[in-house]
Amino acid sequence: MADLTSDFIGIKSPNPFWLASAPPTDKEYNVRRAFEAGWGGVVWKTLGEAGPPIVNVNGPRYGVVYGADRRVLGINNIELITDRPLEVNLEEITRVKKDFPDRAMIVSIMVPCEEQAWKDILPRVEDTGCDGIELNFGCPHGMSERGMGSAVGQVPEYIQMVAEWCKTHTSLPVIVKLTPNITDIRYPARAAKVGGADAVSLINTVSSITSVNLDTMSPEPSIDGKGSHGGFCGPAVKPIALNMVAEIARDPETAGLPISGIGGVTTWRDAAEFLALGASNVQVCTAAMVYGFGIIKELTAGLSAWMDEKGYASVAEVSGRAVPNVTDWQYLNLNYVTKARIDQDACIKCGRCYAACEDTSHQAISMSPERVFEVIDAECVACNLCVDVCPVEGCITMEELAPGAVNERTGQPVSSDYGNWTTHPNNPATRAAE
Amino acid sequence: MANTERTPGVVAGRLAAEALAENFGDLNTPFDGHEALVAADRCYFCYDAPCITACPTSIDIPLFIRQIQAGQPESAAKTIFDQNILGGMCARVCPTETLCEEACVREAAEGKPVEIGRLQRFATDAVMAAGVHPYDRAPETGKKVAIVGAGPAGLSCAHRLAMNGHKVVMFEARSKPGGLNEYGIATYKTVDDFAQAEVDWLLQIGGIEMVYDHKLGAGDLTLDALTEKYDAVFLAVGLSGVNALRAEGEDHAHVRDAVDFISELRQAANKSTVPVGRDVVVIGGGMTAVDAAVQSKLLGAEHVTMVYRRPWDRMSASEHELHLATSKGVRIITGAAPTRLTGGEVVTGIEFAYTEDGPNGLAQTGETFTLKADQVLKAIGQHLDGAPGVLDLDGGKIAVTGPGRTSQTGIWAGGDCATGGDDLTVTAVAEGRDAADDIHATLMG
Ligand SMILES: Cc1cc2nc3c(=O)[nH]c(=O)nc-3n(C[C@H](O)[C@H](O)[C@H](O)COP(=O)(O)OP(=O)(O)OC[C@H]3O[C@@H](n4cnc5c(N)ncnc54)[C@H](O)[C@@H]3O)c2cc1C
Ligand SMILES: Cc1cc2nc3c(=O)[nH]c(=O)nc-3n(C[C@H](O)[C@H](O)[C@H](O)COP(=O)(O)O)c2cc1C
Ligand code: SF4
Repeated sequence: MADLTSDFIGIKSPNPFWLASAPPTDKEYNVRRAFEAGWGGVVWKTLGEAGPPIVNVNGPRYGVVYGADRRVLGINNIELITDRPLEVNLEEITRVKKDFPDRAMIVSIMVPCEEQAWKDILPRVEDTGCDGIELNFGCPHGMSERGMGSAVGQVPEYIQMVAEWCKTHTSLPVIVKLTPNITDIRYPARAAKVGGADAVSLINTVSSITSVNLDTMSPEPSIDGKGSHGGFCGPAVKPIALNMVAEIARDPETAGLPISGIGGVTTWRDAAEFLALGASNVQVCTAAMVYGFGIIKELTAGLSAWMDEKGYASVAEVSGRAVPNVTDWQYLNLNYVTKARIDQDACIKCGRCYAACEDTSHQAISMSPERVFEVIDAECVACNLCVDVCPVEGCITMEELAPGAVNERTGQPVSSDYGNWTTHPNNPATRAAE
Repeated sequence: MANTERTPGVVAGRLAAEALAENFGDLNTPFDGHEALVAADRCYFCYDAPCITACPTSIDIPLFIRQIQAGQPESAAKTIFDQNILGGMCARVCPTETLCEEACVREAAEGKPVEIGRLQRFATDAVMAAGVHPYDRAPETGKKVAIVGAGPAGLSCAHRLAMNGHKVVMFEARSKPGGLNEYGIATYKTVDDFAQAEVDWLLQIGGIEMVYDHKLGAGDLTLDALTEKYDAVFLAVGLSGVNALRAEGEDHAHVRDAVDFISELRQAANKSTVPVGRDVVVIGGGMTAVDAAVQSKLLGAEHVTMVYRRPWDRMSASEHELHLATSKGVRIITGAAPTRLTGGEVVTGIEFAYTEDGPNGLAQTGETFTLKADQVLKAIGQHLDGAPGVLDLDGGKIAVTGPGRTSQTGIWAGGDCATGGDDLTVTAVAEGRDAADDIHATLMG
C-alpha cells in the first residue's frame, strides 16, 4: 500500500489533501466534519483584522457554468473573507487543532498592507497551536479594492515585503497564496521566495463574469440588478492552475520552492497531475462545495490505488515527476511525425472527425457515400483534433511514423534525429547564425 | 353486477373507469425541461446526419436538438415545422425505431439512440401549448386548389399551399378532419384530443376552407367538377376499403373490421361504453392488427390473440410494436391462416391452418387448430376504394411520378392512396408537402 502521508514544509498530515481556505473551512462545525471524513488538513477561511467583522452581500454570491446534465464545471463567487469575529475563529481553531493533532491546520490571513497590522495578528494566530499560515494575496474582488488580496498579489514588491514581515514576526511556516490574475506567475513566486516564504500555494480564483441575465441585463449573480466581477474556480480553471504550477516548478529561480497545488482538483487524477507537475500536496474547494466532504474517500483511495499500480511508494516520489518533460515549444522534436488512424470497426459513422478536419483548415479526412471516413495522409498535419472530437474513445489514434518512413504530406522521409526549432532551417535566427 | 374480464360475450365496461383512464393514457410520458436537456446533450451533431436521411420529411434533426440544448424549444419547433407541419403528431406516432432513431449513430454505438421522437414532441408541444402559429400567409395569388381528404397528406398540402398564398378548399367525407390521425392512430399515442387541436392550430395559417360531409364520387362532387372549378386538385383520400378474409363464416355477428373497431374506440369519449369480447382474435400482422389487439386488451378482454399467416419476420409491425403487444399480454401466433369461422348467430371460434412457404408461395400444411373467439377483428389490409376511373392505377393505388403527379395534368395525389413510400403518417405529410410545392411551381409557372 502506498504511503499517503504528507510532509509539507515540515507540516505533517495523513494525506496530501487539504481543504482550501473557503466556506467549507469557515467554522469549527465544518472543519470537524471534514476531519472526521478523513481530510488531511485545512486552510482555515481567511481571517481579517480584529474589529468590526467583514460584511458580505445578502443576495446570491455564486454564478455557475454548467456542463451536460447540470454538472458544475466552474463557480464564480463574490464572497469576502470570513465575516465572523476574529476572536471566535481563533477560539475554534484552537479547539479543533487540539482535538485533531495529526491534521494540518493552516490559518489564512489577510490584513492591510501595514507592518503593524501583521505584527498585531500573528502572535494571536500562533497562540492557536496551528501549524502554519497562508497569506491570502489572491482574492480578486471586494478586498482588492481595499488594497488587500490580489491588489497585493499583483505587485511582487509587496509580496516580498509582507512575506518578510511575517517571517520576522512569527516562527510559523509561511505559505504565500498566489493570484492567477497576473501576466507571468513566476514574478510573484520569485518575490515570495526572496521574501523568505517557505512555500507558495496556487491558484486563487480567476477574475470572471460567469453570465449575463439577458432579461435584466445584469451580470450573474445579480444583486438588486447589478453584478460585479467575481473569482472563478472549479474544474474549468484546472488547466490554468496546472500551467502556473509547472511554470514555478521549472523556473530555475524558484526551483525547489514547495508548492501546494490548487484549482479544480475534483478527482484523484487531478491531484496526481498537480503532484506530477511539481506540487507537494493539493488543496480542494469547489469539489467539496459541490459534492460534500465525502469525496475524500475517492481522492485518497484513488491516489493510493494508482500509486500502487505504478509502484510509487510515497507522495514525495510522485511530486515533480513530469516537470522535466515540460519544456518550451522551441525544444519540441519537429522530427516526431504522427498520422491519425481510424479504426473502421469501432467507427459509428457520426462524421464529426470529417466536419472538424474539413472546417478546421486541413481537409485530411475523406467521406464516401457509405459514410466511410478515411485519413488522407498527404494532408494530415497530425493535429489530433479528430481524436478530440470523436465520441468513441480509442476509435481514432495518432500513430507514430517510424524513422525512414515517408511523410506523405511533405514527401520527406522521417528523420531519426531529434531536431527542434532552434536548429530548423526556416528559423531566421538559425540562418543569421550561419 | 358490473362486467369483468371474464364476462362472456361482447360487452362494454369490463374495467373500472380508473383502470381505463390509466390504460388509455399517454404511452410515452413527455419530457420535462431538464430531461429534454439531458436527452438533447446526447446528440453528436453528426455531419450530414444519417437521421435526417432516415426521416421521410428530412427534418434537420441535429439542428433542432441543438436549439433545444441552447434553450430555445420554440426555434427547434420552427425547424421541425418547416419540413413537417404535422411534426407534433409525427413525434407521437412515427415508428422512430425504424426511422430516425434506427439511423442514429448512438444506436450503432451503444444500442441507445438519442430519443429524437420525444425531443421532437418536447419542441412542438412548447409552441402548440403557447398557441403560437409561426407562419404568415403570402399575399393572395388568386389561384384555387381543391384538396380531397383531410388526413395528414391533405392537411400538409393545404398548409403549404395556403402559406404560398393560394386559396384552398378541402372536401372531407367525414364530419371531422384528421383522417386516420383522428380515426385510426392508437388512443394512447395521441391523447387529449391532440389530433383536433393540431388541425385547429394548422388552420391558423388562414386561406383554407373546410367542407365536411362531402365525399368525392357521391352526389355532384366529381373529379370533373373539381378540375373545372379549381386550378389544381390534390387527392389524399387514403385507403378506405377494407380487405375481406374470404373465409367461410365471415358473416357471423361480432366479426368486424379492425379499423371500424378502432375508429369507434377513438371516437368514444367514455371508453367504458365500447364493447369488446372476452376471447378476441385479431387477424393480421401490421400496425392496425397490433393496435386492435393491444386496445382490446386495454379495454379488458381476457384473452387476445393476434394471428398472422406468414412467419414472424414478415410482419409489417415493428419489433417495438410487437413488443408492446406482448408486454400488454397479447399472444402472437405466426404462420397460420384462417380457414373457417364457427358459431351460430354469433361467432364462437375460428379455425386456422398452419402455413409454410413453398414453390408456389404460401401453402397450407393441412394441420389445423381452433381458437375460441367471441369477437374476431380483421386487419388484413386496406385498399383504395372508388378511385376516379380516369386516373392510372398501379398495384391498386393511384400511380404518381415525382412529387405526386398523376396521369392527368392538373391532378396530384399523395398519402396512402398514391404509389410510393410506406403507409405512414410522416410519409403522407412529406408527399402532401412536395405535391404542394410542385402545384405552386406549376401554377406560378
Ligand atoms: C389503425 C391504424 C394505425 C396506424 N398507426 C400508425 C402509426 O402509429 N404511425 C404511423 O406513422 N402511421 C400509422 N398508420 C398509418 C397512417 O395513419 C396513414 O399512413 C396516414 O394516415 C395516411 O394519411 P392519408 O392522408 O394518406 O390518409 P388518411 O389518414 O386515411 O386520410 C384520408 C382522408 O380522406 C377522407 N376520404 C376518403 N375518401 C374520401 C372521398 N371519396 N371524398 C372525400 N374524402 C375522402 C377520409 O375520411 C380521411 O379523412 C396507422 C393506420 C391505421 C389504419
Ligand atoms: C466561495 C469561495 C470563497 C473563497 N474564499 C477564499 C478565502 O477566503 N481565502 C482564500 O485564500 N481563498 C478563497 N477562495 C479560493 C479557494 O480557496 C481556492 O483557491 C479556489 O477556489 C480554487 O480551488 P478550487 O478550484 O478547488 O475551488 C474562495 C473560493 C470560493 C469558491
Ligand atoms: S489529425 Fe488533424 S489534420 Fe490529421 S486527420 Fe485528424 S483532424 Fe485532420
